[in-house]
Amino acid sequence: MSSEAAVTPLDRAKSASAAALPTRSPAYERYLGALRRRTRSIQAWQLGVVVVFLILWEVAPRANWINPMLTSYPSAVARTFMVMLEDGSLAKHTWVTFSETVVGFAGGMVLGTVCAVLLWWSTFLYRVLDPFIVVLNAMPKIALVPIFYIWLGDVASIYAMAIAVSVFITILMLYTGFQAIDPDKIKLVRLFGASRWKVLTKIVLPGSVPTMISTLKVNVGLALVGVVVGEFQAAKAGLGFLIVYGSQIFQMNLVMTAIVVLAVISSLLFVAIQALEATTLRRHGAVGATS
Amino acid sequence: MLAPSGSAPPAVAIRDVTLHYFTPERETLALANVSLEVERGEFIAVVGSSGCGKSTLLSIVSGLLAPSGGDIFIEGRKITAPSPQVGYMFQKDTLLEWRTVLDNVLIGAELLDLDMGVARRRAQELLRRYGLGEFMHSLPHQLSGGMRQRAALARTLCPEPDLLLLDEPFSALDYQTRLALSDEIAGILAAEHKTVILVTHDIGEAISMADRVVVMSRRPGRIKSEHRISFPSFGSSRPGPLEARKCLEFAGYFQTIWDELDLHQAQ
Repeated sequence: MSSEAAVTPLDRAKSASAAALPTRSPAYERYLGALRRRTRSIQAWQLGVVVVFLILWEVAPRANWINPMLTSYPSAVARTFMVMLEDGSLAKHTWVTFSETVVGFAGGMVLGTVCAVLLWWSTFLYRVLDPFIVVLNAMPKIALVPIFYIWLGDVASIYAMAIAVSVFITILMLYTGFQAIDPDKIKLVRLFGASRWKVLTKIVLPGSVPTMISTLKVNVGLALVGVVVGEFQAAKAGLGFLIVYGSQIFQMNLVMTAIVVLAVISSLLFVAIQALEATTLRRHGAVGATS
Repeated sequence: MLAPSGSAPPAVAIRDVTLHYFTPERETLALANVSLEVERGEFIAVVGSSGCGKSTLLSIVSGLLAPSGGDIFIEGRKITAPSPQVGYMFQKDTLLEWRTVLDNVLIGAELLDLDMGVARRRAQELLRRYGLGEFMHSLPHQLSGGMRQRAALARTLCPEPDLLLLDEPFSALDYQTRLALSDEIAGILAAEHKTVILVTHDIGEAISMADRVVVMSRRPGRIKSEHRISFPSFGSSRPGPLEARKCLEFAGYFQTIWDELDLHQAQ
Protein backbone atom coordinates (compact mmCIF):
# COMPACT_ATOMS: atom_id res chain seq x y z
CA MET A 1 0.00 0.00 0.00
CA SER A 2 2.67 2.50 1.06
CA SER A 3 4.93 1.58 -1.84
CA GLU A 4 2.02 2.16 -4.22
CA ALA A 5 1.40 5.56 -2.72
CA ALA A 6 5.04 6.43 -3.24
CA VAL A 7 4.97 5.41 -6.88
CA THR A 8 1.70 7.00 -7.95
CA PRO A 9 2.69 10.69 -7.95
CA LEU A 10 5.76 9.87 -10.03
CA ASP A 11 3.72 7.86 -12.51
CA ARG A 12 1.23 10.64 -12.76
CA ALA A 13 4.00 13.14 -13.32
CA LYS A 14 5.45 10.92 -16.05
CA SER A 15 2.18 10.55 -17.92
CA ALA A 16 1.42 14.24 -17.47
CA SER A 17 4.81 15.31 -18.78
CA ALA A 18 4.39 13.08 -21.83
CA ALA A 19 1.20 14.92 -22.72
CA ALA A 20 2.31 18.38 -21.60
CA LEU A 21 4.88 20.85 -22.86
CA PRO A 22 8.11 19.58 -24.45
CA THR A 23 10.16 21.74 -22.08
CA ARG A 24 9.58 21.48 -18.37
CA SER A 25 9.89 24.52 -16.19
CA PRO A 26 12.87 24.48 -13.78
CA ALA A 27 10.48 24.50 -10.82
CA TYR A 28 8.78 21.37 -12.16
CA GLU A 29 12.18 19.70 -12.69
CA ARG A 30 13.04 20.50 -9.08
CA TYR A 31 9.73 19.03 -7.94
CA LEU A 32 10.33 15.80 -9.88
CA GLY A 33 13.90 15.62 -8.58
CA ALA A 34 12.73 16.02 -5.00
CA LEU A 35 10.13 13.30 -5.53
CA ARG A 36 12.76 10.90 -6.91
CA ARG A 37 15.23 11.70 -4.12
CA ARG A 38 12.60 11.02 -1.50
CA THR A 39 11.72 7.62 -3.00
CA ARG A 40 15.41 6.72 -3.23
CA SER A 41 16.09 7.74 0.36
CA ILE A 42 13.16 5.63 1.59
CA GLN A 43 14.55 2.61 -0.28
CA ALA A 44 18.02 3.28 1.10
CA TRP A 45 16.67 3.35 4.64
CA GLN A 46 14.77 0.11 4.10
CA LEU A 47 17.96 -1.56 2.91
CA GLY A 48 19.80 -0.01 5.88
CA VAL A 49 17.36 -1.53 8.37
CA VAL A 50 17.98 -5.01 6.91
CA VAL A 51 21.78 -4.57 6.91
CA VAL A 52 21.89 -3.26 10.49
CA PHE A 53 19.68 -6.13 11.63
CA LEU A 54 21.94 -8.73 9.96
CA ILE A 55 25.08 -7.14 11.41
CA LEU A 56 23.62 -7.07 14.92
CA TRP A 57 22.49 -10.67 14.57
CA GLU A 58 26.01 -11.72 13.49
CA VAL A 59 27.89 -9.63 16.05
CA ALA A 60 25.74 -10.02 19.16
CA PRO A 61 26.18 -13.83 19.56
CA ARG A 62 29.87 -13.67 18.62
CA ALA A 63 30.50 -10.95 21.20
CA ASN A 64 28.59 -13.12 23.67
CA TRP A 65 25.94 -10.47 24.29
CA ILE A 66 23.44 -13.24 23.70
CA ASN A 67 23.74 -17.01 23.78
CA PRO A 68 24.59 -18.23 20.23
CA MET A 69 22.76 -21.49 20.99
CA LEU A 70 19.53 -19.52 21.00
CA THR A 71 19.90 -17.39 17.86
CA SER A 72 22.58 -18.88 15.59
CA TYR A 73 24.33 -16.45 13.17
CA PRO A 74 23.44 -15.26 9.67
CA SER A 75 26.70 -16.76 8.37
CA ALA A 76 25.86 -20.15 9.91
CA VAL A 77 22.32 -19.96 8.56
CA ALA A 78 23.70 -19.14 5.13
CA ARG A 79 25.99 -22.19 5.34
CA THR A 80 23.11 -24.48 6.30
CA PHE A 81 21.06 -22.94 3.53
CA MET A 82 23.75 -23.69 0.93
CA VAL A 83 24.23 -27.26 2.18
CA MET A 84 20.50 -27.95 2.08
CA LEU A 85 20.26 -26.34 -1.32
CA GLU A 86 22.96 -28.66 -2.67
CA ASP A 87 21.57 -31.89 -1.26
CA GLY A 88 18.08 -30.94 -2.52
CA SER A 89 16.40 -31.20 0.87
CA LEU A 90 15.57 -27.51 0.97
CA ALA A 91 13.81 -27.66 -2.39
CA LYS A 92 11.86 -30.72 -1.23
CA HIS A 93 10.65 -29.16 2.03
CA THR A 94 9.91 -25.82 0.38
CA TRP A 95 7.94 -27.46 -2.42
CA VAL A 96 5.89 -29.49 0.08
CA THR A 97 4.93 -26.40 2.07
CA PHE A 98 4.39 -24.24 -1.00
CA SER A 99 2.11 -26.74 -2.75
CA GLU A 100 0.15 -27.41 0.43
CA THR A 101 -0.33 -23.67 0.87
CA VAL A 102 -1.49 -23.08 -2.70
CA VAL A 103 -3.89 -26.03 -2.61
CA GLY A 104 -5.25 -25.10 0.82
CA PHE A 105 -5.56 -21.47 -0.18
CA ALA A 106 -7.39 -22.28 -3.40
CA GLY A 107 -9.59 -24.80 -1.57
CA GLY A 108 -10.52 -22.26 1.11
CA MET A 109 -11.27 -19.67 -1.52
CA VAL A 110 -13.47 -21.94 -3.65
CA LEU A 111 -15.31 -23.43 -0.68
CA GLY A 112 -15.77 -19.97 0.87
CA THR A 113 -17.09 -18.52 -2.39
CA VAL A 114 -19.58 -21.36 -2.85
CA CYS A 115 -20.82 -20.94 0.74
CA ALA A 116 -21.08 -17.15 0.37
CA VAL A 117 -23.11 -17.60 -2.83
CA LEU A 118 -25.48 -20.03 -1.07
CA LEU A 119 -25.97 -17.56 1.79
CA TRP A 120 -26.60 -14.76 -0.71
CA TRP A 121 -29.07 -16.97 -2.54
CA SER A 122 -31.10 -17.79 0.55
CA THR A 123 -31.50 -15.11 3.17
CA PHE A 124 -33.22 -17.69 5.33
CA LEU A 125 -30.13 -19.90 5.26
CA TYR A 126 -28.01 -16.85 6.11
CA ARG A 127 -30.22 -15.98 9.09
CA VAL A 128 -30.01 -19.57 10.33
CA LEU A 129 -26.24 -19.99 9.89
CA ASP A 130 -24.98 -16.48 10.67
CA PRO A 131 -24.26 -16.99 14.41
CA PHE A 132 -22.47 -20.28 13.75
CA ILE A 133 -20.21 -18.77 11.11
CA VAL A 134 -19.35 -15.84 13.35
CA VAL A 135 -18.45 -18.16 16.24
CA LEU A 136 -16.46 -20.52 14.00
CA ASN A 137 -14.58 -17.55 12.56
CA ALA A 138 -13.74 -16.23 16.02
CA MET A 139 -12.66 -19.64 17.31
CA PRO A 140 -8.90 -20.39 17.21
CA LYS A 141 -8.82 -23.06 14.51
CA ILE A 142 -5.38 -24.10 15.71
CA ALA A 143 -7.15 -25.87 18.56
CA LEU A 144 -8.45 -28.32 15.96
CA VAL A 145 -5.02 -29.48 14.78
CA PRO A 146 -4.85 -32.64 16.95
CA ILE A 147 -8.45 -33.57 16.07
CA PHE A 148 -7.81 -33.15 12.36
CA TYR A 149 -4.70 -35.32 12.71
CA ILE A 150 -6.69 -38.10 14.35
CA TRP A 151 -9.57 -37.85 11.88
CA LEU A 152 -7.78 -37.22 8.62
CA GLY A 153 -4.22 -38.49 8.98
CA ASP A 154 -0.96 -36.71 8.26
CA VAL A 155 -1.56 -35.41 4.72
CA ALA A 156 -5.23 -34.47 4.63
CA SER A 157 -5.09 -32.83 8.06
CA ILE A 158 -2.67 -30.20 6.74
CA TYR A 159 -4.95 -29.25 3.84
CA ALA A 160 -7.91 -29.29 6.20
CA MET A 161 -6.08 -26.91 8.53
CA ALA A 162 -5.24 -24.48 5.73
CA ILE A 163 -8.87 -24.49 4.61
CA ALA A 164 -10.28 -24.25 8.14
CA VAL A 165 -8.15 -21.20 8.93
CA SER A 166 -9.22 -19.28 5.82
CA VAL A 167 -12.73 -20.42 4.91
CA PHE A 168 -14.87 -18.61 7.49
CA ILE A 169 -13.29 -15.22 7.00
CA THR A 170 -13.68 -15.78 3.23
CA ILE A 171 -17.40 -16.45 3.67
CA LEU A 172 -17.89 -13.39 5.86
CA MET A 173 -15.88 -11.02 3.66
CA LEU A 174 -17.47 -12.19 0.41
CA TYR A 175 -20.99 -12.19 1.81
CA THR A 176 -20.51 -8.63 3.04
CA GLY A 177 -19.16 -7.73 -0.40
CA PHE A 178 -22.18 -9.30 -2.12
CA GLN A 179 -24.51 -7.31 0.13
CA ALA A 180 -22.70 -4.08 -0.72
CA ILE A 181 -23.44 -4.37 -4.46
CA ASP A 182 -25.49 -1.34 -5.57
CA PRO A 183 -29.15 -2.50 -5.46
CA ASP A 184 -29.89 -0.32 -8.52
CA LYS A 185 -27.50 -2.48 -10.56
CA ILE A 186 -29.50 -5.54 -9.55
CA LYS A 187 -32.71 -3.67 -10.36
CA LEU A 188 -31.23 -2.80 -13.76
CA VAL A 189 -30.75 -6.42 -14.83
CA ARG A 190 -34.03 -7.54 -13.27
CA LEU A 191 -35.75 -4.94 -15.47
CA PHE A 192 -34.27 -6.84 -18.42
CA GLY A 193 -35.90 -10.00 -17.05
CA ALA A 194 -32.75 -11.46 -15.43
CA SER A 195 -33.18 -14.57 -13.30
CA ARG A 196 -31.47 -14.86 -9.92
CA TRP A 197 -28.71 -16.89 -11.56
CA LYS A 198 -28.15 -14.08 -14.11
CA VAL A 199 -28.11 -11.49 -11.33
CA LEU A 200 -25.37 -13.58 -9.71
CA THR A 201 -23.25 -14.09 -12.82
CA LYS A 202 -23.74 -10.70 -14.49
CA ILE A 203 -23.70 -8.39 -11.46
CA VAL A 204 -22.87 -9.89 -8.08
CA LEU A 205 -19.80 -11.98 -8.98
CA PRO A 206 -18.12 -9.56 -11.41
CA GLY A 207 -18.97 -6.64 -9.11
CA SER A 208 -17.30 -8.46 -6.21
CA VAL A 209 -13.92 -8.89 -7.89
CA PRO A 210 -12.31 -6.16 -5.71
CA THR A 211 -13.69 -7.88 -2.59
CA MET A 212 -12.34 -11.21 -3.82
CA ILE A 213 -8.89 -9.71 -4.25
CA SER A 214 -8.83 -8.31 -0.72
CA THR A 215 -10.02 -11.71 0.52
CA LEU A 216 -7.17 -13.37 -1.39
CA LYS A 217 -4.72 -11.01 0.29
CA VAL A 218 -5.95 -11.97 3.74
CA ASN A 219 -6.12 -15.68 2.90
CA VAL A 220 -2.68 -16.12 1.47
CA GLY A 221 -1.21 -15.35 4.90
CA LEU A 222 -3.82 -17.39 6.74
CA ALA A 223 -3.36 -20.47 4.55
CA LEU A 224 0.38 -20.40 5.24
CA VAL A 225 -0.33 -20.25 8.98
CA GLY A 226 -2.68 -23.22 8.66
CA VAL A 227 -0.14 -25.28 6.70
CA VAL A 228 2.79 -24.60 9.03
CA VAL A 229 0.74 -25.34 12.14
CA GLY A 230 -0.58 -28.50 10.48
CA GLU A 231 3.00 -29.54 9.70
CA PHE A 232 4.04 -28.96 13.31
CA GLN A 233 1.69 -31.72 14.33
CA ALA A 234 1.58 -34.11 11.46
CA ALA A 235 4.18 -33.80 8.79
CA LYS A 236 7.20 -35.84 7.78
CA ALA A 237 8.28 -33.03 5.44
CA GLY A 238 7.79 -29.33 4.87
CA LEU A 239 9.11 -26.15 6.46
CA GLY A 240 6.88 -26.50 9.53
CA PHE A 241 8.34 -29.98 10.02
CA LEU A 242 11.88 -28.54 9.66
CA ILE A 243 11.16 -25.95 12.35
CA VAL A 244 9.87 -28.51 14.85
CA TYR A 245 12.61 -31.02 14.01
CA GLY A 246 15.36 -28.38 14.18
CA SER A 247 14.20 -27.11 17.56
CA GLN A 248 13.97 -30.64 18.97
CA ILE A 249 17.61 -31.37 18.09
CA PHE A 250 18.57 -27.77 19.01
CA GLN A 251 19.74 -26.97 15.48
CA MET A 252 18.88 -23.27 15.30
CA ASN A 253 20.47 -23.03 11.83
CA LEU A 254 17.79 -25.34 10.52
CA VAL A 255 14.98 -23.43 12.27
CA MET A 256 16.19 -20.06 11.05
CA THR A 257 16.68 -21.30 7.48
CA ALA A 258 13.11 -22.59 7.41
CA ILE A 259 11.82 -19.28 8.79
CA VAL A 260 13.71 -17.26 6.19
CA VAL A 261 12.31 -19.43 3.40
CA LEU A 262 8.82 -19.03 4.84
CA ALA A 263 9.25 -15.26 4.79
CA VAL A 264 10.32 -15.46 1.15
CA ILE A 265 7.34 -17.66 0.22
CA SER A 266 4.85 -15.37 1.91
CA SER A 267 6.29 -12.26 0.25
CA LEU A 268 6.28 -13.96 -3.16
CA LEU A 269 2.64 -14.97 -2.76
CA PHE A 270 1.78 -11.47 -1.58
CA VAL A 271 3.56 -9.86 -4.54
CA ALA A 272 1.73 -12.21 -6.92
CA ILE A 273 -1.63 -11.16 -5.46
CA GLN A 274 -0.65 -7.52 -5.62
CA ALA A 275 0.16 -7.88 -9.32
CA LEU A 276 -3.23 -9.52 -9.83
CA GLU A 277 -4.85 -6.69 -7.90
CA ALA A 278 -3.16 -4.03 -10.01
CA THR A 279 -4.36 -5.59 -13.27
CA THR A 280 -7.95 -6.27 -12.17
CA LEU A 281 -8.51 -3.05 -10.29
CA ARG A 282 -7.40 -1.05 -13.28
CA ARG A 283 -10.37 -2.60 -15.03
CA HIS A 284 -12.66 -1.79 -12.13
CA GLY A 285 -11.50 1.80 -12.23
CA ALA A 286 -11.91 4.34 -9.46
CA VAL A 287 -14.80 2.46 -7.85
CA GLY A 288 -12.79 -0.70 -7.36
CA ALA A 289 -9.71 1.13 -6.13
CA THR A 290 -11.53 2.77 -3.25
CA SER A 291 -13.19 -0.37 -1.92
CA MET B 1 -50.51 16.59 -28.92
CA LEU B 2 -53.25 14.76 -30.75
CA ALA B 3 -55.17 12.07 -28.89
CA PRO B 4 -55.21 8.69 -30.67
CA SER B 5 -58.51 7.34 -31.99
CA GLY B 6 -61.00 6.42 -29.29
CA SER B 7 -60.79 2.65 -29.63
CA ALA B 8 -57.01 2.31 -29.14
CA PRO B 9 -55.96 1.75 -25.54
CA PRO B 10 -53.77 4.40 -23.92
CA ALA B 11 -50.01 3.74 -23.90
CA VAL B 12 -50.11 3.41 -20.13
CA ALA B 13 -53.09 3.07 -17.85
CA ILE B 14 -52.57 3.15 -14.12
CA ARG B 15 -55.83 2.06 -12.52
CA ASP B 16 -56.57 2.63 -8.86
CA VAL B 17 -53.10 1.57 -7.70
CA THR B 18 -52.58 1.24 -3.97
CA LEU B 19 -49.44 0.13 -2.17
CA HIS B 20 -49.03 -0.85 1.45
CA TYR B 21 -45.74 -1.90 2.78
CA PHE B 22 -44.93 -3.47 6.09
CA THR B 23 -42.02 -3.20 8.47
CA PRO B 24 -41.88 -4.77 11.93
CA GLU B 25 -42.61 -1.32 13.38
CA ARG B 26 -45.51 -0.21 11.26
CA GLU B 27 -47.68 -0.53 8.22
CA THR B 28 -47.31 2.28 5.69
CA LEU B 29 -49.73 3.32 3.00
CA ALA B 30 -47.35 4.58 0.32
CA LEU B 31 -49.76 5.07 -2.58
CA ALA B 32 -53.52 5.54 -2.33
CA ASN B 33 -55.80 5.01 -5.33
CA VAL B 34 -53.53 6.46 -8.00
CA SER B 35 -55.05 6.52 -11.47
CA LEU B 36 -53.43 8.01 -14.53
CA GLU B 37 -53.55 7.55 -18.28
CA VAL B 38 -50.71 8.39 -20.62
CA GLU B 39 -51.25 8.74 -24.37
CA ARG B 40 -48.84 7.36 -26.93
CA GLY B 41 -45.97 9.81 -27.48
CA GLU B 42 -46.92 11.87 -24.45
CA PHE B 43 -44.31 13.14 -21.99
CA ILE B 44 -45.63 13.11 -18.42
CA ALA B 45 -43.77 14.49 -15.43
CA VAL B 46 -44.71 13.44 -11.92
CA VAL B 47 -43.59 15.89 -9.25
CA GLY B 48 -43.82 15.54 -5.50
CA SER B 49 -41.76 16.07 -2.40
CA SER B 50 -39.33 13.32 -1.45
CA GLY B 51 -40.97 10.25 0.06
CA CYS B 52 -44.32 10.82 -1.66
CA GLY B 53 -44.05 7.47 -3.44
CA LYS B 54 -43.35 8.75 -6.94
CA SER B 55 -40.36 6.44 -7.46
CA THR B 56 -42.39 3.58 -6.01
CA LEU B 57 -45.03 4.30 -8.63
CA LEU B 58 -42.38 3.92 -11.36
CA SER B 59 -41.27 0.58 -9.89
CA ILE B 60 -44.87 -0.59 -10.04
CA VAL B 61 -45.31 0.58 -13.65
CA SER B 62 -42.09 -1.21 -14.61
CA GLY B 63 -43.51 -4.48 -13.27
CA LEU B 64 -40.76 -4.94 -10.66
CA LEU B 65 -43.05 -4.27 -7.72
CA ALA B 66 -46.55 -5.70 -7.45
CA PRO B 67 -49.14 -3.21 -6.17
CA SER B 68 -51.30 -4.15 -3.17
CA GLY B 69 -54.35 -3.17 -5.21
CA GLY B 70 -55.12 -1.92 -8.72
CA ASP B 71 -53.63 -2.71 -12.12
CA ILE B 72 -51.15 -1.41 -14.68
CA PHE B 73 -51.86 -1.76 -18.39
CA ILE B 74 -49.30 -1.00 -21.08
CA GLU B 75 -50.77 -0.90 -24.58
CA GLY B 76 -53.84 -2.61 -23.12
CA ARG B 77 -51.87 -5.53 -21.65
CA LYS B 78 -51.75 -6.08 -17.91
CA ILE B 79 -48.25 -5.81 -16.44
CA THR B 80 -47.17 -8.43 -13.91
CA ALA B 81 -43.42 -8.66 -14.60
CA PRO B 82 -40.76 -6.47 -16.23
CA SER B 83 -41.22 -6.23 -19.98
CA PRO B 84 -38.77 -5.32 -22.75
CA GLN B 85 -41.32 -2.71 -23.93
CA VAL B 86 -40.36 -0.62 -20.92
CA GLY B 87 -37.04 1.20 -20.51
CA TYR B 88 -35.91 2.56 -17.15
CA MET B 89 -33.36 5.24 -16.29
CA PHE B 90 -32.01 5.64 -12.80
CA GLN B 91 -30.82 8.63 -10.82
CA LYS B 92 -27.33 7.13 -10.91
CA ASP B 93 -26.09 5.88 -14.27
CA THR B 94 -25.58 2.34 -12.81
CA LEU B 95 -23.03 1.57 -15.52
CA LEU B 96 -21.15 -1.64 -14.73
CA GLU B 97 -17.61 -0.47 -14.16
CA TRP B 98 -16.05 -3.75 -15.33
CA ARG B 99 -17.66 -3.57 -18.78
CA THR B 100 -16.73 -1.25 -21.64
CA VAL B 101 -19.25 1.41 -22.60
CA LEU B 102 -20.36 -0.66 -25.60
CA ASP B 103 -20.79 -3.82 -23.49
CA ASN B 104 -22.79 -1.79 -20.98
CA VAL B 105 -25.14 -0.63 -23.72
CA LEU B 106 -25.50 -4.23 -24.90
CA ILE B 107 -26.43 -5.73 -21.53
CA GLY B 108 -30.16 -5.45 -22.24
CA ALA B 109 -29.87 -7.26 -25.57
CA GLU B 110 -27.71 -9.89 -23.89
CA LEU B 111 -30.23 -10.57 -21.12
CA LEU B 112 -33.25 -10.39 -23.41
CA ASP B 113 -31.65 -12.84 -25.87
CA LEU B 114 -31.95 -10.43 -28.78
CA ASP B 115 -29.98 -10.76 -32.01
CA MET B 116 -26.54 -9.56 -30.88
CA GLY B 117 -25.41 -8.50 -34.36
CA VAL B 118 -28.39 -6.19 -34.78
CA ALA B 119 -28.08 -4.95 -31.21
CA ARG B 120 -24.38 -4.22 -31.63
CA ARG B 121 -24.98 -2.14 -34.74
CA ARG B 122 -27.77 -0.24 -33.01
CA ALA B 123 -25.65 0.31 -29.88
CA GLN B 124 -22.75 1.66 -31.95
CA GLU B 125 -25.09 3.91 -33.88
CA LEU B 126 -26.67 5.27 -30.66
CA LEU B 127 -23.29 5.88 -29.03
CA ARG B 128 -22.04 7.69 -32.11
CA ARG B 129 -25.19 9.83 -32.20
CA TYR B 130 -24.75 10.77 -28.53
CA GLY B 131 -21.14 11.81 -29.07
CA LEU B 132 -19.63 8.71 -27.45
CA GLY B 133 -18.28 7.12 -30.65
CA GLU B 134 -14.67 7.44 -29.51
CA PHE B 135 -15.44 6.05 -26.06
CA MET B 136 -17.16 2.78 -27.03
CA HIS B 137 -14.26 0.70 -25.81
CA SER B 138 -13.48 2.89 -22.80
CA LEU B 139 -14.41 1.92 -19.28
CA PRO B 140 -17.10 3.97 -17.51
CA HIS B 141 -14.68 5.57 -15.04
CA GLN B 142 -12.94 7.28 -17.95
CA LEU B 143 -16.14 9.22 -18.78
CA SER B 144 -17.56 12.42 -17.28
CA GLY B 145 -20.89 12.44 -15.43
CA GLY B 146 -22.84 13.76 -18.43
CA MET B 147 -21.22 11.24 -20.78
CA ARG B 148 -22.00 8.41 -18.38
CA GLN B 149 -25.66 9.41 -18.23
CA ARG B 150 -25.77 9.56 -22.06
CA ALA B 151 -24.29 6.05 -22.15
CA ALA B 152 -27.04 5.01 -19.72
CA LEU B 153 -29.63 6.50 -22.08
CA ALA B 154 -28.15 4.52 -24.97
CA ARG B 155 -28.36 1.38 -22.82
CA THR B 156 -32.02 2.10 -22.08
CA LEU B 157 -32.90 2.80 -25.74
CA CYS B 158 -30.86 -0.02 -27.29
CA PRO B 159 -33.60 -2.71 -26.94
CA GLU B 160 -36.09 -0.19 -28.44
CA PRO B 161 -38.63 0.21 -25.63
CA ASP B 162 -41.93 2.04 -26.36
CA LEU B 163 -42.27 3.47 -22.88
CA LEU B 164 -39.51 5.17 -20.92
CA LEU B 165 -39.54 5.58 -17.18
CA LEU B 166 -37.10 8.24 -15.97
CA ASP B 167 -36.44 8.21 -12.23
CA GLU B 168 -34.82 11.60 -11.54
CA PRO B 169 -32.16 10.84 -14.14
CA PHE B 170 -30.53 14.27 -13.92
CA SER B 171 -30.47 14.91 -10.19
CA ALA B 172 -27.01 13.42 -9.63
CA LEU B 173 -25.45 15.83 -12.15
CA ASP B 174 -24.16 19.35 -11.58
CA TYR B 175 -26.53 22.16 -12.51
CA GLN B 176 -25.08 23.08 -15.91
CA THR B 177 -24.67 19.50 -17.12
CA ARG B 178 -28.17 18.87 -15.92
CA LEU B 179 -29.73 21.66 -17.99
CA ALA B 180 -27.70 20.79 -21.08
CA LEU B 181 -28.36 17.08 -20.82
CA SER B 182 -32.09 17.41 -20.14
CA ASP B 183 -32.33 19.58 -23.25
CA GLU B 184 -30.43 17.00 -25.27
CA ILE B 185 -32.41 14.03 -23.97
CA ALA B 186 -35.77 15.78 -24.45
CA GLY B 187 -34.74 16.33 -28.08
CA ILE B 188 -33.77 12.67 -28.53
CA LEU B 189 -36.98 11.38 -26.97
CA ALA B 190 -39.18 13.78 -28.96
CA ALA B 191 -37.47 12.72 -32.20
CA GLU B 192 -38.06 9.03 -31.40
CA HIS B 193 -41.71 9.67 -30.40
CA LYS B 194 -41.31 7.82 -27.11
CA THR B 195 -43.92 7.78 -24.39
CA VAL B 196 -42.19 9.04 -21.25
CA ILE B 197 -42.97 9.18 -17.55
CA LEU B 198 -40.43 11.36 -15.73
CA VAL B 199 -40.36 11.44 -11.96
CA THR B 200 -38.65 14.45 -10.42
CA HIS B 201 -38.74 16.84 -7.50
CA ASP B 202 -37.46 19.63 -9.74
CA ILE B 203 -40.49 21.69 -10.79
CA GLY B 204 -38.56 23.60 -13.47
CA GLU B 205 -37.35 20.38 -15.06
CA ALA B 206 -40.90 18.99 -15.09
CA ILE B 207 -42.44 22.10 -16.71
CA SER B 208 -39.67 22.55 -19.26
CA MET B 209 -39.75 18.93 -20.46
CA ALA B 210 -43.29 17.60 -20.09
CA ASP B 211 -46.58 17.90 -21.94
CA ARG B 212 -48.41 17.30 -18.69
CA VAL B 213 -47.30 17.69 -15.09
CA VAL B 214 -48.91 15.55 -12.40
CA VAL B 215 -48.57 16.74 -8.81
CA MET B 216 -48.51 14.14 -6.06
CA SER B 217 -49.41 14.77 -2.45
CA ARG B 218 -47.25 13.77 0.48
CA ARG B 219 -47.62 10.26 1.87
CA PRO B 220 -49.87 8.51 1.23
CA GLY B 221 -49.17 9.53 -2.37
CA ARG B 222 -52.26 10.56 -4.31
CA ILE B 223 -52.64 12.56 -7.47
CA LYS B 224 -53.41 16.05 -6.32
CA SER B 225 -53.69 17.86 -9.65
CA GLU B 226 -52.68 17.79 -13.29
CA HIS B 227 -51.44 20.64 -15.45
CA ARG B 228 -51.33 20.57 -19.21
CA ILE B 229 -48.26 22.54 -20.24
CA SER B 230 -48.29 24.65 -23.39
CA PHE B 231 -46.33 27.66 -24.50
CA PRO B 232 -48.55 29.70 -26.89
CA SER B 233 -46.01 32.52 -26.79
CA PHE B 234 -43.47 30.24 -28.50
CA GLY B 235 -45.79 29.46 -31.42
CA SER B 236 -47.45 26.22 -32.42
CA SER B 237 -44.50 23.87 -31.78
CA ARG B 238 -43.24 22.70 -28.42
CA PRO B 239 -40.07 24.55 -27.32
CA GLY B 240 -37.08 22.55 -26.10
CA PRO B 241 -36.47 22.63 -22.35
CA LEU B 242 -33.94 25.48 -22.44
CA GLU B 243 -36.20 27.67 -24.57
CA ALA B 244 -39.25 26.73 -22.49
CA ARG B 245 -37.53 28.15 -19.41
CA LYS B 246 -37.37 31.50 -21.17
CA CYS B 247 -41.06 31.56 -22.16
CA LEU B 248 -43.51 33.91 -20.43
CA GLU B 249 -45.78 31.05 -19.30
CA PHE B 250 -42.98 29.25 -17.43
CA ALA B 251 -43.09 31.40 -14.29
CA GLY B 252 -46.86 31.07 -14.02
CA TYR B 253 -46.77 27.27 -14.12
CA PHE B 254 -43.88 27.28 -11.68
CA GLN B 255 -45.77 29.39 -9.15
CA THR B 256 -48.95 27.32 -9.39
CA ILE B 257 -47.17 23.99 -8.93
CA TRP B 258 -44.91 25.36 -6.21
CA ASP B 259 -47.96 26.45 -4.23
CA GLU B 260 -49.57 23.05 -4.65
CA LEU B 261 -46.50 21.16 -3.48
CA ASP B 262 -46.56 22.94 -0.10
CA LEU B 263 -42.83 22.47 0.14
CA HIS B 264 -42.49 24.94 3.00
CA GLN B 265 -44.67 22.73 5.19
CA ALA B 266 -42.45 19.77 4.52
CA GLN B 267 -39.41 21.49 6.05
